[in-house]
Amino acid sequence: MRTLLNTIVGAGLAAMLAAHRAYGGDLRDLHFGEAQYYAHQGQYLEALERLDAELGQYHDLDEPQLDTLHFHIGEAEFSVGDFELNYRMHHRAGRAIKAVLESNVDEAVRNEAAFRLARIHFQKDQLEEALHALDRISGRIPDGIKNEIEFLRANVYLASGRPGDAVSVLKRLQGAAGLTGFAEYNLGIALLQDKRAGDAIDQLDRAGKIKVDAEASRIKPDAEASRAIRDKSNLILGDLLFESKEFDRAQLSFDRVRLTGPFSNQALLRAGWSAMSAEKYDRAVVPWSMLVDRDVTDGAVQEALLALPYAYGKLNVHGRAALLYGRALETFSKERVRVDASIESIRAGKFLKALVREEIRQDKDWVIRLRTLPEAPETFYLASLMSSHDFQTALQNYLDLEDVRRKLETWQNSFTAFEDVIERRRGNYEPLLPEIDAKFRELDSQIRLRQQQRANIERRLHGMLTMPRPDHLATADERIVRERLNAIERALKAQPGPEVEPLQRRVERLNGFLIWNLRTQYDERLTQAYKDLEALNADIANMTARYDSFVRARQAAMHSYVGYDVPITRLRQRVSDELREVAQVMARQGRVLEIVAITELGQRRDRLESYESQARYAVADSYDRATRAQADVGARQ
Amino acid sequence: MPKTFWTLPFSALCALWCSESCADDSYRAQMKGLDEQVQEIKSDVLSIDAELRRLEEKLLYPSNTHVALFIALAKGDSMRLDAVQIQLDGKLAAHYIYNFKELEALQKGGVQRVYTGNIPTGAHRLEVSVIGKVEGGKDYAHTESFSIDKGIEPKLVGITLAGPGSSKAIDVAAW
Repeated sequence: MRTLLNTIVGAGLAAMLAAHRAYGGDLRDLHFGEAQYYAHQGQYLEALERLDAELGQYHDLDEPQLDTLHFHIGEAEFSVGDFELNYRMHHRAGRAIKAVLESNVDEAVRNEAAFRLARIHFQKDQLEEALHALDRISGRIPDGIKNEIEFLRANVYLASGRPGDAVSVLKRLQGAAGLTGFAEYNLGIALLQDKRAGDAIDQLDRAGKIKVDAEASRIKPDAEASRAIRDKSNLILGDLLFESKEFDRAQLSFDRVRLTGPFSNQALLRAGWSAMSAEKYDRAVVPWSMLVDRDVTDGAVQEALLALPYAYGKLNVHGRAALLYGRALETFSKERVRVDASIESIRAGKFLKALVREEIRQDKDWVIRLRTLPEAPETFYLASLMSSHDFQTALQNYLDLEDVRRKLETWQNSFTAFEDVIERRRGNYEPLLPEIDAKFRELDSQIRLRQQQRANIERRLHGMLTMPRPDHLATADERIVRERLNAIERALKAQPGPEVEPLQRRVERLNGFLIWNLRTQYDERLTQAYKDLEALNADIANMTARYDSFVRARQAAMHSYVGYDVPITRLRQRVSDELREVAQVMARQGRVLEIVAITELGQRRDRLESYESQARYAVADSYDRATRAQADVGARQ
Repeated sequence: MPKTFWTLPFSALCALWCSESCADDSYRAQMKGLDEQVQEIKSDVLSIDAELRRLEEKLLYPSNTHVALFIALAKGDSMRLDAVQIQLDGKLAAHYIYNFKELEALQKGGVQRVYTGNIPTGAHRLEVSVIGKVEGGKDYAHTESFSIDKGIEPKLVGITLAGPGSSKAIDVAAW
């Protein structure tokens, strides 16, 4: 019973908590937004791939506060744990959340981390650890999770066999927003577990009458979950009342279960049995007549196929009972053949093939859809098994492994493409590069020479600011003229005489004219020299940019085909090893699923066989009674 | 029909439940061991993926030519996005038709990487066309051109889309 309670409570809690998200604020980091894009579609592996990479880069930065992820880092650290949890990586999720918990973060953030850690422990049945994590919560708690923390605490108490403590907590949560139906139902279960059957019945009665319509327009999935838990409350209440032999009240409770909900078939079946127990056979006929026209693979429907003619028998309508027993016999026989075919089909490996069919998995209700898959008879009877938590986990693991296997195979094939790209690049660049490098070396030496010259000019000009040197600003013509005048002066000095003197004076005048020009135009020439230097700087900058661009392009060309051999070889080996590992684990996981499915189908087959033999006996019995009744009528007439 | 028949269903239910529970116990341990192995595989795959991503980025999208375009929806906007077409320098870069799940993911604040490629440094023309439906089911189409500058670092461009009621139907920003 305790396991059942845990399952009920756990399923309810998981449904409640799955909806919780702590996103908020404007997006500042595209990669984080990209991870969310995949997470919102339920593609947690893709989300993790992106967020993991982004967080890795962030933590490697020298100044992470300058990175755009910094604006979301708290949310990102939480999200990675969330994604891991959703991708059923509990170990890593626990580690990620513990890291947040142990880091120097805001009290509210730490409390939320503790809550999430407790949630993971609870889901893994580590109840003491869950309580320990919950005990770490103190101080400021984010408003959105206050009730959820207490709800989780109550469920941990309940699962730990402390229903009294759970009752105290759950009483405070009655009517809490976001927990509609769940808090009420769990309180009923806690009271029941605390052996307070009377209180439990009253509480489940309240839980079974809760109104959830007001929420429907606001959060549709939550409202649907609340309605389902209300149905569950009524079903459990009906069972309790039935066991207490309060058949009329039990039937009222079963009648409150919606006819379209997940508990509808069980409610109809039990409503019929309540009426039968109250010896109101005609009232049992109503729900069972409705039930027998439903999906025949459902256990409740199969039971109703036998129960309905039984009720008619009690009403002394033996002819109709005989016909219905005949129909039941035919149905059971047909279904038994189908179950046999399903078992054979599973043995032939078709079950696992059906599970990984892509078109089915696109639908969130794919488990339900499996039942209607025309070419997969092996899944007809497995819906209830598939909805169990353990089987779901195993099944999801199998499907995750299939996804991983496909991914790894794609990667394996991509290595050849990478190598092809690399080879083509090598073939393109390698013949070109020696010639390009030779030309570049030539140009490089010229560039360096010009840069040196420019540096010399700049240095000279700077020197002239403090020590004017007009001769340095002479034009080329002026320098030639001065050279010629110097040569004439030297020649005149070598030939002394009276006729040389006027010539020497002329040379001095010309020299004086030259010096006059240089001195008087010095400022103007210096300004012009600076302007020319600036123009030269622009050209040099242009040349440097081209130089850098060339160097980058040269490096990019080299990096486009050099240095990949080692990483590709290593990755290829890793992918290959992983594929082997995946194949082994998948085979084992698949085998377990098949065995469990065959065991389940075997049990269903046994039940069908038992029903079939009961129906066979009952058909004959009913015909006898019908014949006798007819004979009695004839005799009386 | 003996009365034991109709009491059978409840006990049968319990028996069925018990047998499931017993079966649970027998394979639970095996499942748990397998679950641990699956978690390890997932962890390894994530590690391979990270290394492969780095390799791919270096090999296929070197930073000096790397450009990535991302699609986001304006917060609170009610437009139902059907498709986006993007041209980069007059050439078709991306044409994407959204399904319901993708649209919902965008509406919840997710960002879609719609294109990753290579372009040289310098200015480039980006043309974004949006097709969707506005409130009331009326068709909506809008096209706008933008200029983006590619430097030597990777260029990440965020394209935020909104309906006709917004001041900026298409907003392009470098990230």
